[in-house]
Amino acid sequence: MSQFLSLLSGIFIGGAAGFLGSLMLPKRMSLVAGPLGHLALPGIALALIYGFDISLGAFPFVILGIFLIWLFERKTKLPAEALTAVVFATGVAVAFFFLPIEQAEAALVGDISSVHLEDAVLTIAICVATSFVVEIIYPKMTLINISEDIAKSQKINVGKYNLIYLLLIASIVALGVKVVGGLLTAAIVAIPTVTSRNLAKNLVQYKFLALSFGILSSAVGIFLSQLTSLPAGPLIIVSSAFLFLISIFLKR
Amino acid sequence: MGDAVLRVENLNVRLNGEEVLVDLSFDVHDGEVLAILGPNGAGKTTLLKALLGIVPYQGVVKWREGVRIGYVPQRLPFIKDVPLSVKEFFRLENAPENEAREILRSIGLGEEILGKKVGDLSSGQFQRILIGWALASDPNVLLFDEPLAGIDIGGQESLYNLLERLKETKNLTILFVTHELSIIYGLTDRVLCLNKRMLCMGAPKEKLTPEAISNLYASSIKFYQHKHEEGELS
Repeated sequence: MSQFLSLLSGIFIGGAAGFLGSLMLPKRMSLVAGPLGHLALPGIALALIYGFDISLGAFPFVILGIFLIWLFERKTKLPAEALTAVVFATGVAVAFFFLPIEQAEAALVGDISSVHLEDAVLTIAICVATSFVVEIIYPKMTLINISEDIAKSQKINVGKYNLIYLLLIASIVALGVKVVGGLLTAAIVAIPTVTSRNLAKNLVQYKFLALSFGILSSAVGIFLSQLTSLPAGPLIIVSSAFLFLISIFLKR
Repeated sequence: MGDAVLRVENLNVRLNGEEVLVDLSFDVHDGEVLAILGPNGAGKTTLLKALLGIVPYQGVVKWREGVRIGYVPQRLPFIKDVPLSVKEFFRLENAPENEAREILRSIGLGEEILGKKVGDLSSGQFQRILIGWALASDPNVLLFDEPLAGIDIGGQESLYNLLERLKETKNLTILFVTHELSIIYGLTDRVLCLNKRMLCMGAPKEKLTPEAISNLYASSIKFYQHKHEEGELS
């Protein structure tokens, strides 16, 4: 039962991450999930020490990180990526002061081997909800990605959409750390998307394929993990990268 | 010439502490084609953005009540990142497929382009699609940033004809930015010479004297700091 629940949770998280990732590629945001995952490490460490859900620990730290980057960017006018480096490295450093070393693997590359029923239900509910919101904001967000100026000229509230978008990223990162850990979150949003980008001829295909590759790589990774007792997170990423390699050769 | 569709009074724009537009006042009439002419860094793109309300400004920009504005920016560098078909691009503007087909006909493109990826179009086709896309919201006014930039002579010619036809058939008011003198004479009713300030405004044949032109471009050499406007648009 627990194995089935972890497979199910992983599939939903992978799908939602791939779907959201398809919105992050055009905004040059794919890598942002990486630092945000690293930032979550202190939260993950606290969750491991006190035995509560990893995502619950990660979420406030991811939000704090996004807020700090946003604040520093406003105050300093430095590029966001440089500020991200400052913030996320600090997050990792702080985590290592109190991260229980025997549980470091779970924190760094994830552990979805045992999932309780209530966790699975909550995870699936959040995944469905975020995917639903992604679908709603998709047209306007695509327009904003193409040109903020056009979007603004059409009186679209760009700030509001960006805020929703960042909150979605925070949710997916918080869920993602459970599956692939603090180190690998960039991969679950980035790889299915670039694979899909290689093959898609239009937006509908692009969204569908990103979602599908997210699901497929999670399913394969977790299944392999249950066979081999290697950690699922790295197996998911390797499966995903393998699909990407195939897509290079299938590309038109 | 109809009533004023746009009134601008004492428009000033400062970006990052630098004066970009200084004390501009002008009217645009219904059905008029106004060219905004000036060298690189003269603030032409910024003027369009101020008129659209997407950069902060001081002064008055007053559009006539209920006017619908279509905007065609200079370039859309990020559009190639998205695997978007032409049909889907029109759908972003809430244009149903049959309307998109009709627009395509009016801009001289076949239906088969609907299934193509926007990123795969030639620059001439892309520019036409952008114009068509701006027309999808059924605007009364088109704001146009360098409509002919990056297009070969043949393509320029046909785009120019397209603009002329749109002007006649749709009774559009068109404001377009350019630094090329050649396209101004045939198409435009009035020209606004801009280099941070308004240096001249009126019918091109009267106002674009050799002195006015050398004044417009010579003064730019003094201030020119290689601030290419395309860079501001990303």
